[in-house]
This record gives sequence, structure tokens and C-alpha cells, in this order.
Amino acid sequence: MVQQQSEASTAVPGDTLPAAGRPRQQLRKRRITPADVARKILQVFGELLLTAGVVLLLFVAWELWWTNVEADAKQGQAIEKFAKDFTGPVTPPAKKVDYGKPKVTAAPGYGETIGVMYVPRFGKEYSRPIIQGTGVDVLDSLGLGHYEGTTMPGAPGNFAVAGHRQTHGAVLDNIHQLVPGDRIYVQTKDGYYTYVYRNNQIVLPSRTDVLLPVPTKEDAKPRDSYLTMTSCNPRFGAQERIIAYSLLESWQPASAGPPPEIAALVAKNHGKA
Amino acid sequence: MYGWIFRHLPGPLWVRIITSLALIAGVLVLMVQFLFPWMSQFTTLTDSTIGSAQQP
Repeated sequence: MVQQQSEASTAVPGDTLPAAGRPRQQLRKRRITPADVARKILQVFGELLLTAGVVLLLFVAWELWWTNVEADAKQGQAIEKFAKDFTGPVTPPAKKVDYGKPKVTAAPGYGETIGVMYVPRFGKEYSRPIIQGTGVDVLDSLGLGHYEGTTMPGAPGNFAVAGHRQTHGAVLDNIHQLVPGDRIYVQTKDGYYTYVYRNNQIVLPSRTDVLLPVPTKEDAKPRDSYLTMTSCNPRFGAQERIIAYSLLESWQPASAGPPPEIAALVAKNHGKA
Repeated sequence: MYGWIFRHLPGPLWVRIITSLALIAGVLVLMVQFLFPWMSQFTTLTDSTIGSAQQP
């Protein structure tokens, strides 16, 4: 009786101890049920959905932030290169002189730099390259694209450029803040063209008549030189286009130096500040 | 899925952590270089031109 009891009592703790090889046996015995398969599939599906969400968030960050960083760097390089080839003083002329009819050069090849645009209303440091062509490759990295087929600065007619409102440098983000009378300066290798902003217009993307030699006036013969800027509207949208019209006010050759308002920034761009 | 990949990476824990960070960095580079520029064509944010001059 006593012996049996002691046997039983020793057997109990031995039973609770994990016997070697027992868990493995249990694993082998456990079969994969359809519920397990469904759980696994759901888990992978869920992980893929989470991944897609993270990728989309990263894409938004890339589009709204990183493209600007990249484009700013490329545009800075384009201005640097333009400044290297530019000859002329960077100090403004002592007194205002009428230099007569502006010089007009032939348009360069696609993707080449026409000049630099300065818009003090967009900020003291605002200068962006103007590149020939309005292809994605130009607008997505180099800034303002000149519509091929529209005139060059200074010529009677319409010098039309396009630029992104958002992303890729957001060169025309503040286009709606222009005030009538604001000066817009275009610097080419020949000199400085001073335009005065007049008005803007919000149109549908199909309105190509804003690019006519006299904007929106069919068959009209131009007497003035227009500067037309196009960008998307509203901000962060593209249902419409915002068009900003300016008129040429004056011109001065490169040898005369820049207009006083932008002289400091021109000097800085040319590494002479 | 990610757990499965992590378990199947070779080496001790710290090596696997470094390997997975490198893998994440590689995927990021591929996305920025190829995936995002491609996705960009489906957003309309970048349409700033008028009419016929508009590129696809």
C-alpha cells in the first residue's frame, strides 16, 4: 500500500516534466486545417495592403517634396551654366537710357536655355531658367518651358511660357499673387526685357487661343510684345489653367547691366555678389 | 510574409537586421528611380500647359 502510493507520487511529477520528443510528436500530429490556410492568406493580403498604403504615402512625399528638391538643384545648375556664358556687367546703369527697339534672337534648340526669369513678387531670391520647349522632360526638371512656335522675348507677339504650379520646383506656385504693375524681368544673352504684369485669366485647358500673337484675339496683328505664363489651376489641381499676361515695358542690352530692382540677384547668380 | 522573409535571412540576429535595412533601402531607391516617376503620369498635378502643346 505504502509502496504503491510512493510509486504513484513519483510518477506524477515525472508525468508533468516534458518528455523528450513529446512536443515534436504533437506538432507532427497537428494537421494544417483550411482555417490555417485562410489565416495565412489573409495575413499576406493584409501585409500587402499595408505595404501599398506606405508606398502611396511615400509617393505623395516624393511628388510634393522630393521633386522640388531635385528640380531646384537642376535649375540652379542651368542658371549657373547660363551665367557662365553671359557677358556683361552686373551693376545697373547709372541713368535710365532708352535703348530703342529690343534685340530679338532666334529660338534655340529644344531643351536649351533661353534665359532667366526674375519675378520680385515671387520672392527676393526668385530666378528660374527659361528653357525651349514644353515637354515633360523640360517642365519636370528645368523649370519654365517656352512654347515652341510662340515668339521670342522682345518681338511683337506672344512670348509664352509654361511652368508647374506644384511639384518639380513649383516655379509658378505664386502666380495668383501677382499684382497689376508688377515687373517681370527676362534676361537673355542679349539683355534684359522688362515686362509689366497686367492681368490674369482662368480658362479651360483646351483654350489654345491664349497663346495667339495677341492673346485670345484671332487674326489680330500684334503691335506689342506680350509675356504669357500658363500654369495649373487650382493649386494642387489641374481642372483649369491660370494665365498671366504681361506687356513689354522696356529693354536694355547686356552691356548696359541689369535693371536696378534685380541687380543684386543677377550679381549673386553670376557669382559676383 | 515579412516575418517569413526575416526568418529565412541568413546569419545571426544583428546580421539579419542589417540585411533587412539594406533591402528596405534598395527597394526605396528602386521606387524613387522607376516606380514614382512612372506613377507620376497618372496624377494631374503636373499639367501646366495649354491645349495642343500638352504632352502625354
